[in-house]
Amino acid sequence: MRGDRGRSAEAVQLLTPEGERVPHPGYDISLTDAELRDLYRDMVLVRRLDTEATALQRQGELGLWAPCQGQEAAQVGSGLALEPQDFAYPTYRDHGVTWSRGVAPLEMLSMYRGVTNGGWDPNKHQCALPTIVIGNQVLHAVGYAMGVQLDGADSAVIAYFGDGATAEGDVNEGFVFAAHFHAPVVFFCQNNQWAISSTRDRLSDAPLFERAGGFGFPGVQVDGNDVLAVMAVTRAMLDRARAGEGPSFIEAYTYRMGAHTTSDDPTRYRHADELEVWRLRDPIERLKVFLARQGIADRHYFDTVDHEAAGLANLVRDGVRTMPDPPPAALFENVYAEPHVLLDQERRDFLAYEASFADGAHA
Amino acid sequence: MTTLTMARALNAGLRKAMERDRKVVLFGEDIGRLGGVFRITDGLQKDFGEHRVMDSPLAESGIVGVAVGLAMRGYRPVVEIQFDGFVYPAFDQIVSQVAKMHRRSEGVTAMPIVIRIPFGGGIGAVEHHSESPEAYFAHTAGLRVIAPSDPAAAYITIQQAIACNDPVVYLEPKRRYWDKGEVDETLDASDPRQVLTPWRARVLRRGTDVTLACYGPMVRTCLEAAAASEEASIEVVDLQSLSPLDIDTLAQSVEHTGRLVVVHEASGNVGIGAEVAARISERCFYSLESPVLRVTGYDVPYPPSRLEEHFLPDLDRILDAVDRAMAFS
Repeated sequence: MRGDRGRSAEAVQLLTPEGERVPHPGYDISLTDAELRDLYRDMVLVRRLDTEATALQRQGELGLWAPCQGQEAAQVGSGLALEPQDFAYPTYRDHGVTWSRGVAPLEMLSMYRGVTNGGWDPNKHQCALPTIVIGNQVLHAVGYAMGVQLDGADSAVIAYFGDGATAEGDVNEGFVFAAHFHAPVVFFCQNNQWAISSTRDRLSDAPLFERAGGFGFPGVQVDGNDVLAVMAVTRAMLDRARAGEGPSFIEAYTYRMGAHTTSDDPTRYRHADELEVWRLRDPIERLKVFLARQGIADRHYFDTVDHEAAGLANLVRDGVRTMPDPPPAALFENVYAEPHVLLDQERRDFLAYEASFADGAHA
Repeated sequence: MTTLTMARALNAGLRKAMERDRKVVLFGEDIGRLGGVFRITDGLQKDFGEHRVMDSPLAESGIVGVAVGLAMRGYRPVVEIQFDGFVYPAFDQIVSQVAKMHRRSEGVTAMPIVIRIPFGGGIGAVEHHSESPEAYFAHTAGLRVIAPSDPAAAYITIQQAIACNDPVVYLEPKRRYWDKGEVDETLDASDPRQVLTPWRARVLRRGTDVTLACYGPMVRTCLEAAAASEEASIEVVDLQSLSPLDIDTLAQSVEHTGRLVVVHEASGNVGIGAEVAARISERCFYSLESPVLRVTGYDVPYPPSRLEEHFLPDLDRILDAVDRAMAFS
């Protein structure tokens, strides 16, 4: 098993894996009991959604799924740190982020069902559609942040990406442009240790967050399985961006408990004992222990959340199975915003061809 | 009417677009204080400010990727890629993001981005400064591709490209930057008196025997060839829009001349000429007196400058093709 070479002794932690609340000299967070319970609830629901989607792929109802299990604290903690006017650029694995932005579960699954290449209205949720090409979205986030800056608006932008993406040119260009324009963007890297089968060790001997210094902005590592620490650090960096203090980099040190996608077989490249180590650091379990010990939530509350999660799974299962295919002529829709002579002709030809079958039911 | 070079006409068109819409922002390498290596944006930063004419770091994917984000925020970015051969680092953003965002978002997120690229050869440059990458972009669904051929067209179509809600790859024929022409600067693109649209091909010269289809830098060459031809009466059609192609206008021309020669600097194999030939064969089969012929750059990397006159289509090669087309009847 690999050690935690990329983990820094200074990684921000407010909640230990044993559920113990600990102080940190630089970051703190004060949440009401209700907010703490909501964090737990959101993480449980996201995990249930993720598990259900994985199962639906196995049953042939989804073409693919990229599981986020293990990363719920990093995603929900940072997603809920955003203000409504902020804008998020999640990846295809960041279901906890899109959940936090109010995207409906079935909208999240529709791309994996194959009925759309998107799934939700990015403007309504202030949450971009994922770009499947690794790292492309980081530049979009920087450009959006530059637009925020030109507007003089009180918003920040958060760009999500993984440890693997830090090798991409676009991500590094994003760092350069953000620093140059002092853009109000937070780079949020979930170091889940695995880029499909490549380990973070392949990328660099130095912890990833230390790279930020070379670009001229602060970088901080946070325990990515500690939802309180993630939220505290993300809030601080978003505040900083909105205050005109420029970009920053957060490395959430976490672990991808599942496969890269449902097409992947992680048993070919990693040992089961590594999973066991990380299971003890589970993000949901540690918050649950904390809530119970502090008397913030009791068994009845946990049961209620479990019940709600089962309901969500049912809703997702039924919704996916009955999700209609788009009509065939949708092929030609929205390729362009304005009339286009070639596509207009192809659409006409296509419809005439379809209509040429006597029963009208050619598929 | 004012006599302007194409470079000045583009500058005037950009200025008009920026005056009309404050969401239009310019972004690129050396476009601010320097005014761009070809001076197309000369003086615009001084007049509109550093927040609307921004010098970018030297990274082409970054330039286009940031433009995507600006467009998502409601801006209309006009980016400059310094030379044709430097666009490839941005190819991923252009093909995977710029071209597909509107579709992905089911019509919610438009990409009104103009990617200006000086293109083509004939200026004695070193490698990567003389390329004609239009087929890559014309092949990509979601993009539009325009190549103006003279100052008047450049002045209007750059404004129309900026006003368009789709992304436009705008290819400026760099060796024609210094050609002069009459431009009516009192007209802006939205003026009802102005009839030019980038999406229609233009019949620039009437003839009866052969149609020459061309665009960008080859338009002037084709007009010169048509004027020099003694045997054949040549019609010249400036395609202007390479995606979508205005096949209607070209087909009308071919239906009355019966012959078509397509001319471009880009290599011929799987190029714009191949597409034009296929479309015209489908549309005008019974009107054609000869096969559609092509005069193009050869299928080699763009040559060192001492060889470029042999690579680029010129008057003689065009007239040779005209002769071959005429020999079929």
